[in-house]
Parts: sequence; structure tokens; C-alpha cells
Amino acid sequence: MMHQVHPVRMYLTIFAVLIILTFTTVFVAELDLGPWNVFVALAIAAIKATLVILFFMHVMESSSLTKLFVVAGLMWLGLLFGLTFNDYMSRTWSALGKWW
Amino acid sequence: MAANTEVVEHGPELRHHFEQPDQQYQAATLGMWTFLLTEIMFFGGLFAAYAIYRAAYPDAFASTSQYMDVIVGGVNTAVLICSSLTMALAVRSGQLGQRNAVILFTIATMILGAVFLGVKAYEYHHKWVEHLVPGFNWHYEDSRYAHHAQILFFLYFVMTGMHAIHMIVGEGLLLSLVIMAWRKKFTSLWSTPIEIVGLYWHFVDIVWIFLFPLLYLIGKHKL
Amino acid sequence: MSTLVETPRTGAEINYLNADYGWKSWLFTTDHKRIAMLYLISITGFFFVGGFFAFLMRMELLTPRGDLVQADTYNKFFTMHGIMMIFFFLIPSIPATLGNFLVPIMIGARDLAFPKINLLSWYIYITGGLFALGAVVAGGVDTGWTFYTPFSTTYSNTYVMAAALGVFISGFSSILTGLNFVVTIHKMRAPGMTWHRMPLFIWSHYATSIIQILGTPVVAITILLVAAERIFHVGVFDPAVGGDPILFQHLFWFYSHPAVYIMILPGMGVISELVTCFSRKRIFGYTVVAYSSIAIAVIGFLVWGHHMFTTGQSMYAGLVFSALSFLVAVPSAIKVFNWTATMYRGSVSFDAPMLYVFGFIGLFTIGGLTGLFLAASAVDVHLQDTYFVVAHFHYVMVGGMVMAYLGGIHFWWPKMTGRMYPEAWAKFAALVVFVGFNLTFFPQFMAGYLGMPRRYHAYAEEFQVYNVLSSAGASILGAGYLIPMVYLVWSLWFGKRAPANPWGAVGLEWMIPSPPPTLNFDKTPVVTWEAYQYHEPDRPEVEVGR
Repeated sequence: MMHQVHPVRMYLTIFAVLIILTFTTVFVAELDLGPWNVFVALAIAAIKATLVILFFMHVMESSSLTKLFVVAGLMWLGLLFGLTFNDYMSRTWSALGKWW
Repeated sequence: MAANTEVVEHGPELRHHFEQPDQQYQAATLGMWTFLLTEIMFFGGLFAAYAIYRAAYPDAFASTSQYMDVIVGGVNTAVLICSSLTMALAVRSGQLGQRNAVILFTIATMILGAVFLGVKAYEYHHKWVEHLVPGFNWHYEDSRYAHHAQILFFLYFVMTGMHAIHMIVGEGLLLSLVIMAWRKKFTSLWSTPIEIVGLYWHFVDIVWIFLFPLLYLIGKHKL
Repeated sequence: MSTLVETPRTGAEINYLNADYGWKSWLFTTDHKRIAMLYLISITGFFFVGGFFAFLMRMELLTPRGDLVQADTYNKFFTMHGIMMIFFFLIPSIPATLGNFLVPIMIGARDLAFPKINLLSWYIYITGGLFALGAVVAGGVDTGWTFYTPFSTTYSNTYVMAAALGVFISGFSSILTGLNFVVTIHKMRAPGMTWHRMPLFIWSHYATSIIQILGTPVVAITILLVAAERIFHVGVFDPAVGGDPILFQHLFWFYSHPAVYIMILPGMGVISELVTCFSRKRIFGYTVVAYSSIAIAVIGFLVWGHHMFTTGQSMYAGLVFSALSFLVAVPSAIKVFNWTATMYRGSVSFDAPMLYVFGFIGLFTIGGLTGLFLAASAVDVHLQDTYFVVAHFHYVMVGGMVMAYLGGIHFWWPKMTGRMYPEAWAKFAALVVFVGFNLTFFPQFMAGYLGMPRRYHAYAEEFQVYNVLSSAGASILGAGYLIPMVYLVWSLWFGKRAPANPWGAVGLEWMIPSPPPTLNFDKTPVVTWEAYQYHEPDRPEVEVGR
């Protein structure tokens, strides 16, 4: 029925990791990594989100159906981004040229 | 031949159209997850707009970072992460039937959420004072980027505003949890509302986890 | 042998309609069947509002000159027609009426997973409708139902905010209905009701719900951005600050294309139920039809750019969207083949619901094929924004969806109301609708192909003959829609009382009384048979009610 009860220590550990990652992302933003800044920032955010999803939202021990729903949501977000970017990234390929 | 499901111990919370409490619990959590899917797509549209314009106007977007207070934003991020911890602990206390702990952790979550909103209100006021509200009160110092920076600040207000609205709704939901817990509605057998409000709260936290780097940490460095 | 009830019920029997009286028992009900009836009445109201605007448009288009109304007023007509018909009629139509009524019963449940959210969904729908009607009464909107920027954000002086708010609010009604259906279908199926034993009506509603859940929020945020831009006087779609109006179109059509599948999939589910019953035969290729519904829902999210071939997206993106649009036609075509194969060597009868099935299959095929013409981007350059597009979508939505809706209403009318409608009148009305529909919309293919643009209140002289034919057809079509209104209402008081299973159909809904009791089943059924067991001489019996 309900998920197993986890020790408080588990939640505190995840919390600590999230705080450390927050410091990390602020720190890294100060460095000049050129185009990698945004990727690192997004990667760290993705890791934080994953930790919240798996442990705070208990998806780790949820049913396959719940996991499927989470994956489906992310996939659909990907479809929105992917096919829209497909247009913007290819605007310069043809005579249309840059609109911006 | 008919199915008479075996009699199951349950409290008054089992609705008549469900056969088993477990079925009702699974339906409730699946329902909240389905709702969160709609929220992913809702915010997703805003993130898509952001991504396209940042790619188009990297310099203008980078120029806006000087007006974003990273310390304030970072502290607010930490506050929200703390609130996620207290929320998760409230859910855990609900699973254990610990009424007082549920109330304390939920109120703690509410307080942390209110701190977040207060800081946000302070930031909004600051933006107004600095003439960084598109349409209403806009004056951008760097005239090269005055137009395109408006897009970023428009998105800033819409995205953080939407997030704040969701936080306020969350505060209302948390309050209803406090009231329910106070009235001793929750037992170790049934604390579903705490869990599903928890899912909602964590989701709102995740949205901010992405908003923070994208709005505050664009940095002095171009894309 | 059969324990299926055949004798009519007397009025003394308690059913969902007479279980409780008074307006409070209706406006505060959580019974999915009563909520379905509330939707049925309100949706019909919005249908006639939208139809009224269509009538006004067709009156203006009788003559080439813009002589009935000004251009701005005509713009308001087609905008309100589109908004009413799409958001307040077609999108809720089958799911909110037949779906709400039948989904729990067909899977052996007592109600949907969230009955109160179901009622909330209706109130949200009404609220959104009131905002939209308010926009109409206050003076109208002229942006087109598509709200393209920058006209809707910057230049339109009409009641854009009210209309946009109405659409925004009604979107939540759609989301909640979809959410309810998804959870119900996953968690409330009776014992033995496996996924592959469910009626195809359920599969199509599941697919519809996927789209409602994942698509609607995107148009919600898009409308919000338009509203914000009107308030801020600057925004992300504003070219003056470097915004791209095409981004609006991307975000808008990301929902609005899958929305057309929200509109048609439930109709396809109805057709699967009707074609099996009136051919006395199980569906040909159950699994394929079931998964084609899911395929339509998924692939339908990948094709939205075919609305934007000529508006400014890159040619490469156009190429990708064009190819994907060809792909999405495949599962729809598969369904048409399977329905036809179901009829082959079946024992086909021509009751009124079946007449609507024939109409659907033929007209949907024409509409679908003309969609392929439009999917070819080179052809679309010529046909975009002409009456060819108008004819295409009316063939699928009116020739397809509305026919399926009427067929379903007739088919399940005895179940929902306990009354039979007059069959002769129903057959007559179906024929009038079919004739009126084709006379209205086929000339529009021709006018469009020859170059007549859409959304214009005046046109070149050479198109007049097509427009006169079309307007004549529209009056016949209107009459065809009014006739069932009259006899269906008449039947509520004077129609023959219906037995539990007047059609001899197979399905859990036909095993309970007409009208059903509030909790549907006395005992939860245990399902041990496959769907559509028309070929079995000893059809399944189960003790599910009185």
C-alpha cells in the first residue's frame, strides 16, 4: 500500500546533497566556462530534480505505472522542445535567414 | 457469478465507489501524478519560450544578470529546499501516525514557503524601483539591449509569478492539512492527503530548481 | 437461456433519474450519469450558439459583395463560430456526455475515480462558457479562434481578454475530465476486465484523455502569455522588442492540432461500438484498432507545424512536419479498413445509428484524404487559407465527429433515458443531415481549390455559385439538426419505454436496466469474456443488477 517508511537520516542526506549542489551551481556560475556554463547549470538542476523525484516524491519505490507517467511527462516536454527548436535551429539553413 | 470482495477493515474515508482502501490510495496518487504531468507541460511552454529567446539574444540575456541578486536567489533556493525537507518529514510522520509531528512539520513548511514568497515580494519591489518592469516601468541602462532585455524580464515576471501563484495555492493546501491533522483525521492507515500535497509541493520546488539557474545565473558569460 | 432483461421497467423502479428530486440534487450531484446529462444540455446550448453564427456567415456569403455586415463584424462571426464550436461543443462533446455516462459502466465500476472533480469540471466548463458568451454579448472578438499574434496581442480592439479567459478556463474542464478518465481506466476496472477485454470506446477515451492531459496545458500558458502581453503592452510575441509571432503559433498549435484528435477519437470509439452491434459481428482486428487509437494520440503531437507551412517556419521544419503528417494518417486509415472489414459478411441492419455510421465512414474518409492533400507542403502553398481547408476540417469534424455524436446519442438514448426515440423520424433526420452536409461543404472544396480565401466576407464573382449551393445546404443541415432536437425531447415524455437491451447489443451497459440505477451495479461484475461476443450463440450472462 503506502511506501515503506524511511529513516529520517535518508531525508537529511538528500537535503544536504541538494544544498551542496545549490552552492556548487552558484560557484560554477562565477567561473567562465564559455558555452559549458549553461550545460553545467542545467545538469546540476537535473540532478537535484532527480533526487527530489526519486527520494522526496518516493518514485524510487513507486509502481511501474508511476515511473511510466514521470517518464512520459518528460518525454512530452522533450517533444515540445525538440520539434520547436527544430524550426528555430534550421531557420538559417534556408533563404528565410535569421529573424532575430 | 458475482464478486463479493472480502470485507476489508476501513475507516470512514473509504468512498462508496471504491472497493478497497488501497484502490482509493492508488487512484489518489495516480491522480496527483497525472495533474503534475499537466503542470510539467504548463511550465514547459514558458521554458521553451525562454530557451528560444536566450539562444537568439545571448548578449542581451547575459546583460540582465547584473540586476539579479544571486545571493538572495540562492538563499531563497535553499529556503525552498528546506521546505521540501520539512514536507517530506511531514509525509513520513503521517505514515507513522504521529499527529503532532505532522502539524509541526506542515507548519514549518508553510513558514518556509511564506519566507520564500516574502523574499520574492521584496525582489519584485526592487525590480520596480530599478525600472525593470516591462510595459509599466521600464528603463534599461544599456540601450543596445533595451528591447531584448524586456523579453527576459517579461519572462522573469511571468515565470516567477506563475511559480508564486502555485506556491500560494500550496500554502492553502498545507493549511487544510494542518486543519485535518488538528481534527485527528489522519491515522497510520490513512494519510493520503499529506502524501499527495507533498507531491505537489515537491513539484513546485522542482520548478524553482530550474528557474533559479536560468534566471539568476545567466552570468557574465555568454551562451 | 439468456437472463438479459427484456421487459420494460415500470416508473416505480428507482433509477438515477428519479432517485432524487429537486434542483439541488442535480446541481450538487456527484453521479457521473447526472453530470453527463448536465453536460448534454449545456453542450447542446453552445452548439446552437455556434450554429447561429454559422447561419449568419452563410447568409453574408450568399452574395459576393460584403453587403450584409461590415468586414469587422464578419470577423467576429467566424471567430465566435470557431470558439463556440471547438472549445465549447466539439472538445467536450462525446467525452463529457457519452464518456461520462458510459466509461464507468463499461468497465464495471460504480462511478469515476473522482466524482466531485467530475462535477467541478462541469462548473468550470460553465464558467468558461459564461466568459465566452460575455465576450459575445459585450461586442464580440475578431481574432479568429486561433488568436494569432500580433493582432490578438496588440492590434485587436475587441473583447480578446474575455474570450481568451473563457477558453483558458474551459481548458481546465477538459484537463480534469481527461485526468478522471485516465485514473478510472487504470484503477477502477472490474475483476477480469483486462485491458484487452475493454470496449474500444474505452480505448479511444483513454487516448483522448492522454491528449487532454498533455496538450491542453500548453495552450493554457499560451493564452496566458497573450493576456499578459495585452496587459503589459509588451511581450514575448511582440516583434517590436524582438519577439517572434511564430512562437505563438508553435505553442498554440502544439495543443490545437492534437485537439482535433481529442475531437475525433471519441467519435471513432462510438463507431466501433455501433458498427459491431449493427453488423452482429465482433470488430475486425481488435488489438490493431485499440493501439491505433494510442498511435493517433501520440503521433498527433508531432505534426502541428503543418498549420504553419506558409507562415514563416523554416522549410526544413516544414519538411519534417509534412512527413510526420503523412504518418498520422495511417492509424486512422487502419480503423476505416477495420470497420469496413467488420461489416463484411456481417448481418447489417439499417437502424438510425447505423446510418450515422455509414455517413461517418464515408465522410471521414473524404475529410482524412483531403487532409493528406494539405499535408503535402507544396500543395498546401496553394490551398492554405482557402475554403479547401475549411471544407477539409468540416468533413472530419461535422461529417465525422458530429455524425458519430448523433449516432452515439441515438444508440445510447434508450439506456440513458429509458425511452426509445421514433425510428422513422430518426432515419429521416439522418438522411437530411447527410444531404445537407454534403451540399454545404462539397462546393467549398471546389471554391477553395479555385482560390477562394477563407475568413473573407466578400469574394470574387466567379465563386458565387459555390457559395449559394453551400448556403442552401446549410439551411438543410440546420433543419436536419433541429429535427432530432424535437423528437428526442418528445420521446422523454411520449417515447416507448426501453428495455435494458433494445438493440441486442453486447457490453456491460446493456446488462443493467434502462435507465441504470445510481450505483450502476448491485454486485461488481466479474468479466470472463472477450469484447464484442456477437458470434457466440450463448452470450455471457452475469448477475449485475435487478
